[in-house]
Amino acid sequence: MLGGMNTLNSWSRAGRIARRAALLLVALLLVTGCANHPGKLPFRLTDVTGHLPDLDFHLTNDRGQPVTGKDFRGKVVMMYFGYTHCPDVCPLTMTRMHVVMHDLGKTANAVRMLFVTVDPERDTVPVLHQYVTAFDPRDVGLTGTPKQIRALTKRYRAAFSRGKTLQNGGYEVNHSAAIYVFDRHGRARVLATPTTPNADLEHDLRLLVQSGD
Amino acid sequence: MPRFRAMGLALLIALLAMAPALAGTQNTTVTASDAWIRVLPGSLPNAGYVTLLNTGTQHVALTGASSAAYRRIMLHQSTENGGVSRMHAIARLPIPPHGRVRLAPGGYHLMLMQPVHPLRPGSTVTIRLRFADGSSLDVPFLARPANATGISD
Repeated sequence: MLGGMNTLNSWSRAGRIARRAALLLVALLLVTGCANHPGKLPFRLTDVTGHLPDLDFHLTNDRGQPVTGKDFRGKVVMMYFGYTHCPDVCPLTMTRMHVVMHDLGKTANAVRMLFVTVDPERDTVPVLHQYVTAFDPRDVGLTGTPKQIRALTKRYRAAFSRGKTLQNGGYEVNHSAAIYVFDRHGRARVLATPTTPNADLEHDLRLLVQSGD
Repeated sequence: MPRFRAMGLALLIALLAMAPALAGTQNTTVTASDAWIRVLPGSLPNAGYVTLLNTGTQHVALTGASSAAYRRIMLHQSTENGGVSRMHAIARLPIPPHGRVRLAPGGYHLMLMQPVHPLRPGSTVTIRLRFADGSSLDVPFLARPANATGISD
């Protein structure tokens, strides 16, 4: 009988410890698992989770309104650095994002495309607006002071530099070729390069929208 | 009689319309296909794409282009290295005998600068391609919207 009581006591003590351990685990998951280190998803593109900073900027959109990275929380974001006087590679990437948005169907409502100009001197708000909407009406153009743009490109290690000046006074801009993809919490998750197939970009965007991560 | 005059006038107009094309295509062994332009808004530079086939037995090189629709056209190449996109001018683009060269998005292209008038997608623009041997070829390019994926989507 006494032995039985002892057994009961030890069982309940074990239960308490187990409950505490479970609570601790949940707390740990809340702190580390969800907030800062999202679960691993079977991405097809280069997984950069935990390697690049969250989506954060203070810029002006193509309608002349001030916007911050936080304004896009709740949406999966594709961000691309380019410039409007780039007739080949930038339109190729912009068209690619447009095609992917089209193929996403209704899922595209949960996705935003951001085009950040690295040539704010020439890319005024009206030029930027005309440019981005020519590709997709959902596209958001972003510009700012050269200092603001430089801060953002440095943040994402998106190298860009002014190339040589052309005979007509124009100039070229060398710029990062990648599309940066952020999840709904603004965390950098994958990178698409010019050689990765559209289907892979579409796959990873769907994964991020559906996982709710 | 007036009918003959009208026919003569029509013939004359047709001949006049053909004249620039005849003048532009001089002894070249190059033929062009899939020629299109990605039209960007306002006065932004556009890009021209075309597939060139050298039907001859001699080496040919594309060295330049001009058009009444643009103030300046340059031969360009986009490259990507270490995650950085670059664009640079090239002096000549060789086309080997019986060889084919594609000017396509993300690679070789005609950089079409300072459009004289904004181009309407669906319209056609003639661009004269010039080759190293002095020959030239007038090619009709189809104007396509900014988000086109090729000559047809």
